[in-house]
Amino acid sequence: MKEVIHTPVPSVEEEEYHINMGPQHPSTHGVLRLVVTLQGEIVKKLKPHCGYIHRGMEKMCEKDTYPQIIHLTDRMDYLSAHINNHAVCLLVENALQIEVPERVKYIRTIMDELCRIQSHQLWWASFGMDLGGLTCFFYGLRDREKILDIWEESTGARFLQSYYTPGGLMWDIHPNFQKRTKEFLKYFRKKIKDYERILSGNVIFRERSRKIGLMTKEEAISYGVTGPSGRGSGFSCDVRKHHPYGLYDKVDFKEILYQQGDTLARYMVRMDEMYESMHIIDQLIDNIPQGDYSAKMKAVIKLPAGEYYQRVETARGDLGLYCISDGNKTPYRLKFRTPSFSNLSILDHISRDLKIADLVAIGGSLDLVIPDIDR
Amino acid sequence: MASNIYDNFVYSLTQWIHNGLYHMLPPVWALVVELTIIGLVFLIFYALVGLFLVYAERKVCAFMQNRIGPNRVGPYGIFQTIADFIKLLMKELVTIKNSDKLLFNLAPFIVIIASFMAIAAIPFAKGLHAIDFDIGILYVIAVSSLGVVGVLLAGWSSNNKYSLIGAMRSGAQIISYELSVGMSLLTIIILAGTMQFSELVAGQEYGWYIFKGHIPAFIAFVVFLIASTAETNRGPFDLAEAESELTAGFHTEYSGIKFAFFFLAEYMNMFIVASIAATVFLGGWMPFHVWGWTGFNQVMDYIPPSIWYIGKTGFVIFLMMLFKWTFPRLRIDQLLTLEWKYLLPINLFNILLMAFIVLMGWHF
Repeated sequence: MKEVIHTPVPSVEEEEYHINMGPQHPSTHGVLRLVVTLQGEIVKKLKPHCGYIHRGMEKMCEKDTYPQIIHLTDRMDYLSAHINNHAVCLLVENALQIEVPERVKYIRTIMDELCRIQSHQLWWASFGMDLGGLTCFFYGLRDREKILDIWEESTGARFLQSYYTPGGLMWDIHPNFQKRTKEFLKYFRKKIKDYERILSGNVIFRERSRKIGLMTKEEAISYGVTGPSGRGSGFSCDVRKHHPYGLYDKVDFKEILYQQGDTLARYMVRMDEMYESMHIIDQLIDNIPQGDYSAKMKAVIKLPAGEYYQRVETARGDLGLYCISDGNKTPYRLKFRTPSFSNLSILDHISRDLKIADLVAIGGSLDLVIPDIDR
Repeated sequence: MASNIYDNFVYSLTQWIHNGLYHMLPPVWALVVELTIIGLVFLIFYALVGLFLVYAERKVCAFMQNRIGPNRVGPYGIFQTIADFIKLLMKELVTIKNSDKLLFNLAPFIVIIASFMAIAAIPFAKGLHAIDFDIGILYVIAVSSLGVVGVLLAGWSSNNKYSLIGAMRSGAQIISYELSVGMSLLTIIILAGTMQFSELVAGQEYGWYIFKGHIPAFIAFVVFLIASTAETNRGPFDLAEAESELTAGFHTEYSGIKFAFFFLAEYMNMFIVASIAATVFLGGWMPFHVWGWTGFNQVMDYIPPSIWYIGKTGFVIFLMMLFKWTFPRLRIDQLLTLEWKYLLPINLFNILLMAFIVLMGWHF
């Protein structure tokens, strides 16, 4: 007889009960399942169950060529699609010692920062919604649409662009790109003030997020919490600063650090990062040099046998690609170190003994993307 | 009393029906027919107001969120809510395993009956009331708070933990905020010296109570707005539903027409508290009059009292909608802190202040 597999249920103390948040729940933003042990309304324990959207991406990569892998990485952290693509391209380019044209570096950096802005916009929108401010959701999506329109014109896709190829770009940017990007920056500088007014300055919001989900710097480091969530605890982990790629060593930008480590600090990091991203684009957008949009590449890309590691800073944190090549056109093994997976691991620790409403707020402030957890 | 050209209309209409019925039927049957007519009128009114408020809320929130809102069914989408209502009528009623069948089916009725009873005491124009109690305000407060029983039963009988959490939150919330609602109304009762709605409105002929009672009346109005928003479970106090935390709170397991009952009752409760706010603070159906400006007062009298009433109620409802679509939700402990540590002390002080002002005759 086939044995039924039971998911392990955590032990129950007296007067405790379980609740399944997910896989279908409005505030998990996807198919994440959290088995929450509650005492009244207080969260006692929390156990994430991953795998509801697991697609075996790492295994699929073992039979795909490197240009094909790019198309898979879009679907990991779909809100940082460009940045994920960038990681694979850098991996191949660094392994083959290819120098990409300056124009490509400019465009990639601008695209990456646009990507970060739209990801933070969507995060802001859904974070507002998690806390019950439904209007935030529409403000965020309204402004994000402008970036998607810019991308649609230049890359041909709004969401999963797969715009970068090893050595360069799929095709050149649209002639309108610079004009529209500048228009967007002008527009968004005005609109982000609305964001500040409706949420950041709201007393209910500040009371809901201050001193909730406290994470110390040591905890952030030991759990591997990176990205804005880690930087809200003062953990300096910006890959763009520490291991620059693209043009990040040439442009002027600050690494946003907050020391408080609460939900509000994580919120403020992301808000300030949107300003920083706009500042980066400002420096680059007028100076895109003329030239090829791609370096000369062989038709079949083969990496020399060996081990490679490439890190990029996505909108959620440190994305690492660990690749073992045996000299073939497909990798022998490719491991993704995705930021959301590590960030999820601390959720239990920081949401204990808080209310269930706080759990929703903390989950929102970690900015989890579920396909990025499950791959 | 200003002679209002519309005053006699309602009275003569009801008298005409009354006399006609007693002329045709024996007294017992005439009474039965009269009660049936009143019930039907209220039922239709209730459904229509509910449907319109749902439509209004969708348009208001669309306006705030850069959207258009319903615009497909009928001109400006006005039939959208009717279409939705028909859809809800036809939907299957899902029965939940291991739920308490009796209480589960009873809960939506308790909720809707509570709001239905409250509507009876509200004056829509001079003489346009179902019943004019001498303790009208007390009656409305007592009856409208019955709804919490339905909410608690719904949460308990659904056999769903989300529902139970929502219901418990709702219980704590409504019982707490009841105090503030009652006390802010009490402030005005001290000023007016009556609990009867018709006399409350009559007392506001030259100056609404929010102007007459100046500082304490204004404080009472603000407290009443906050507390009544909380009492009707609307955002930012919609913890009982809290869709991002508890999916749909106490009515998670309800479907079809039973869900529609909760939905309708929520909007009607909003209408009722807005009506009370309009009647007690803003003069109800009484037109805006200024002492001595006879010409101005006459112009104001040409606007029918029901329009005044609808305008004032609509204004309060609009305010409550703005709250909902602007603010994030509070947490349960913050909600109770707000009531017990801020609103209640302010209110108690406010009552003393009002009593003092009335004693010294410093009101207008």
